[in-house]
Amino acid sequence: MSAFFTKSMARNIFYGGTLFSVLLFLALTFHTTWQLPGRIPTETPSQEVTRGKALWETRNCIGCHTLLGEGAYFAPELGNVYKRRGPDFIKIWIKAQPTHVPGRRQMPQFNFSDQQLDDLVAFLKWTSEINTEKWPPNIEG
Amino acid sequence: MQLLQYKSQAVAKPYFIAAIGLFVGQILFGLILGLQYVIGDFLFPAIPFNVARMVHTNLLIVWLLFGFMGAAYYLVPEEAETELHSPLLAHLLFWIFLVAGALTVVGYLAVPYAKLAEMTGNELLETMGREFLEQPLPTKLGIVVVALAFLYNIGMTILKGRKTAISIILLTGLVGLAVLFLFAFYNPSNLVKDKYFWWWVVHLWVEGVWELILGAILGFVLLKITGVDREVIEKWLYVIITLTLVTGIIGTGHHYYWIGTPGYWQWWGGVFSALEPVPFFAMTVFCFNMVNRRRRQHPNKAATLWALGTGVMAFLGAGVWGFLHTLAPVNYYTHGTQITAAHGHMAFYGAYVMVVLTIISYAMPMLRGREVNPERSQVLEMWSFWLMTVSMVFITLFLTAAGILQVWLQRIIPNPQSFMAVQDQLAMFYWMRWLAGVVFFAGLAVYLYSFFAKDKPQTIEAGATQPATT
Repeated sequence: MSAFFTKSMARNIFYGGTLFSVLLFLALTFHTTWQLPGRIPTETPSQEVTRGKALWETRNCIGCHTLLGEGAYFAPELGNVYKRRGPDFIKIWIKAQPTHVPGRRQMPQFNFSDQQLDDLVAFLKWTSEINTEKWPPNIEG
Repeated sequence: MQLLQYKSQAVAKPYFIAAIGLFVGQILFGLILGLQYVIGDFLFPAIPFNVARMVHTNLLIVWLLFGFMGAAYYLVPEEAETELHSPLLAHLLFWIFLVAGALTVVGYLAVPYAKLAEMTGNELLETMGREFLEQPLPTKLGIVVVALAFLYNIGMTILKGRKTAISIILLTGLVGLAVLFLFAFYNPSNLVKDKYFWWWVVHLWVEGVWELILGAILGFVLLKITGVDREVIEKWLYVIITLTLVTGIIGTGHHYYWIGTPGYWQWWGGVFSALEPVPFFAMTVFCFNMVNRRRRQHPNKAATLWALGTGVMAFLGAGVWGFLHTLAPVNYYTHGTQITAAHGHMAFYGAYVMVVLTIISYAMPMLRGREVNPERSQVLEMWSFWLMTVSMVFITLFLTAAGILQVWLQRIIPNPQSFMAVQDQLAMFYWMRWLAGVVFFAGLAVYLYSFFAKDKPQTIEAGATQPATT
């Protein structure tokens, strides 16, 4: 870089470029937030769904599973598990853990009440109805 | 001889030691995780996978933060040409951060996560249980307090002294780090919004403000070891961080393809994040250019190697491996697979682990009262560089192979197979990844040993005059 391009020019481009990017990002964020209600099942998630999300978080499900592709890659995707397995299977599966099959990956037993299982399923149902631009490519997640 | 230009730079030393200690813990838990991928019930139920993973990732973040803080305490007095505002505060914050970090890890390991959430008042403000932000509320608040006090200390030092581009860029990065962390406290019940703003911490940290910190540290070390004109180095730095933020901020959109956000993000995210390798490539060119134009031969060869290594590996890990799956049509198939894991490993190692090891390599000898490490110690450190770097390349390659196979079996073939059926078929790659991890750990052991290695006594050549016996 020659003497024509000085440090103070570089600095000014940094400030200008960063400011422009931040403003553009904020504008896109504003637009996205405005569009969201049309892309999710219910604009305000129900109490059940909210409680289910809290259970999802406090059991650290994301530490093994992915949800809409984000999380750990140790256990199956659960964003579409409601559609893949249905509500009853999900509850039976959670209640049956851990399998104790030697050498197999194990999921802890969380001792959920029936109410808690309903909440969790409600959250997974809500999540499965988000408009994800047709991701994942197939039902296996 | 006075090695430190400013006495208060010495506060960096415990930060670097803690960073290395936690690094060792991180790798040990990485080995546990790698084994759990192939022996599913290994250590279950004592340490379930999710717990080991939290420890692995949280230790990484914490030790890198220790490294960044140590780097700031070391380089800011020298850049500002004045003593640190308050060395006492720096010492105090060190212990607060270390104890908070240790208690958090003990909490993860000692009680079930749900119990930990209950004990630490998660219901007051629900922030736990999101990837990388698993810390209990008191820890999160502690991070904010430590970050603010740290910024005050560094800010006051810069304010009263010389203001260089390096220290201003470092401070900008650190302020950004602290401000963006505040989004960790925002967790709406709407999952899409939750995810949208979760990335403001995660992406805007590692593909945004952390790169400013990275650039500043690298620029400082290159300035010291090459003796190249400050004007040249700082001009480069501004160009690099401009490219970083202009591509990286809108580049956040590459996380907004499939989480419920509008489809136009596939274009915004794709185009801008496809350009994210450019600043990393500029960084590679910068490193080699500066070393080639060096005006002196710095005796710390290990530090030079780490600096060049950072330039190359950050470009490969963050730039190339990021680009591989950043375009929406590709990401549609690779999202949330081992491809992501491959990229994550090499990017974090190449960019942030290596830059922290670069500043440690440069500063630690002087913090320990010597100009440079003895020859043998440097040779061992360079051995550890190659062992860790090459094994990380192999970890990445094996995970990439596993990822390609996973995508093929689970998402592309006409009769896609279930997640676990596919995982079983990836076992060979997971074993090879684990072996590469063991080599990485061996490299880390060599690294630790290099701190204590002394030169062997010089052997006397045959025929040389023997000292007279008395």
